Amino acid sequence: MARPKRPNVPVVIDGHEVMAYPDDTVLSVAKRNGIRIPHLCALDGVSVYGGCRLCVVDVAERHKLMPACGTAVAEDMEVHTQSRTLQEHRKLILEMILAEGNHVCAVCVSNGACELQDLAVELGVDHVRPDYQFPRRTVDASHPKYTFDPNRCVLCTRCVRTCSEVEGAHVWDVAGRANGSYLIADLGQPWGEAPSCTWCGKCVAVCPTGALAWKGKAVGEMRHDPNLVAFLTSARDEGEWLDRETM
Amino acid sequence: MAATATDSRAQQDAHPSGDERFALLDKALKRARFEQDQLVELLHTAQEVFGYLSNDVLIYLARQLRLPPSRVLGVASFYHLFTFEAPGDHICTVCLGTACYVKGAEEVVEGTAQALGVPAGQTSDDGRLTLWTARCVGSCGLAPVVVFDGTVLGKQTTDELVTHIREVFAAEDAAAEEEEAG
Repeated sequence: MARPKRPNVPVVIDGHEVMAYPDDTVLSVAKRNGIRIPHLCALDGVSVYGGCRLCVVDVAERHKLMPACGTAVAEDMEVHTQSRTLQEHRKLILEMILAEGNHVCAVCVSNGACELQDLAVELGVDHVRPDYQFPRRTVDASHPKYTFDPNRCVLCTRCVRTCSEVEGAHVWDVAGRANGSYLIADLGQPWGEAPSCTWCGKCVAVCPTGALAWKGKAVGEMRHDPNLVAFLTSARDEGEWLDRETM
Repeated sequence: MAATATDSRAQQDAHPSGDERFALLDKALKRARFEQDQLVELLHTAQEVFGYLSNDVLIYLARQLRLPPSRVLGVASFYHLFTFEAPGDHICTVCLGTACYVKGAEEVVEGTAQALGVPAGQTSDDGRLTLWTARCVGSCGLAPVVVFDGTVLGKQTTDELVTHIREVFAAEDAAAEEEEAG
């Protein structure tokens, strides 16, 4: 279904009346209208996952909180994104994400340019209430160009979706279950030995933390480029190969 | 048209090792019409046929279903039922469901593990016995339940189970000796 020329679905977000396209989600229409909803796993250009739950919002007349990234807009929908409860929920969710892995900013390649770190600052996470799990995870530096440090992985599956939907190789997937989940390359082999990897580096570009990084980067040197995927998937239609702003 | 396409695909990709067990898996694949959403069913069949899921089998399934290998392993590793290591000659599964647990199944596991030197969830060093635990076999009236080589043994104690396993082993040893003798 082609999009109408102009957005034609009226939605109210935090008291602002905005117009959405029929195929919009709450998150996408909020983003276009400059209303900030914190999110981590959502990434423009790939499918919706709805795993991090940081983008939970309150939709009037629905009895539970909805993830903004996976909630389709409806006419005259009334959405609240910033209530006290929501902020509390988001904070706790982020604290749980931090407690689940081994996130040590001081020694991380992404320090200073990390979406997880930025979110913690934004949501005011100054300490973590759940007990740290300190999982034992081994770094995979077998790839000649990139490294994978599962200690910093938040299982947002951006890399999984990007590799599968944009590159088409589907090297990554999530194995195991619940808090024992982990990222695998092909049949759980070291990344460098995974035959389907094309070395394209898009997974590295979209990683929100320092889990996937260029080899040889020191603390705080890694810069990711999560907008790359949205650009790649729309550039042909938009005809904007030359005027992309690079980071 | 579609049927011929599927047939030729199956023939073309038949496993080169010539292992006949793959023929059984092929049959299941055809019955599933190579549908990707039949993956879990086919993993079941593969485990039944091979006893465990080796990388070889996972790759074969991935190829036949046109699925990425990481997806196949990702799905298989989600379920406790699937195992990726070859089990021993005999498999002893102790039920740790609620009823069995109340009736002391945990003691049975620990006792058996100690007596036979096989940690729970693992295989003995000589590859003879695998000791697994399960969540409810569905025969709670017989708690604590043990499934030994597919046979359900009800109301087990550690001593009973260890004796039973030793008897099986002894009978096997005797048969092997007899064969050797003549």
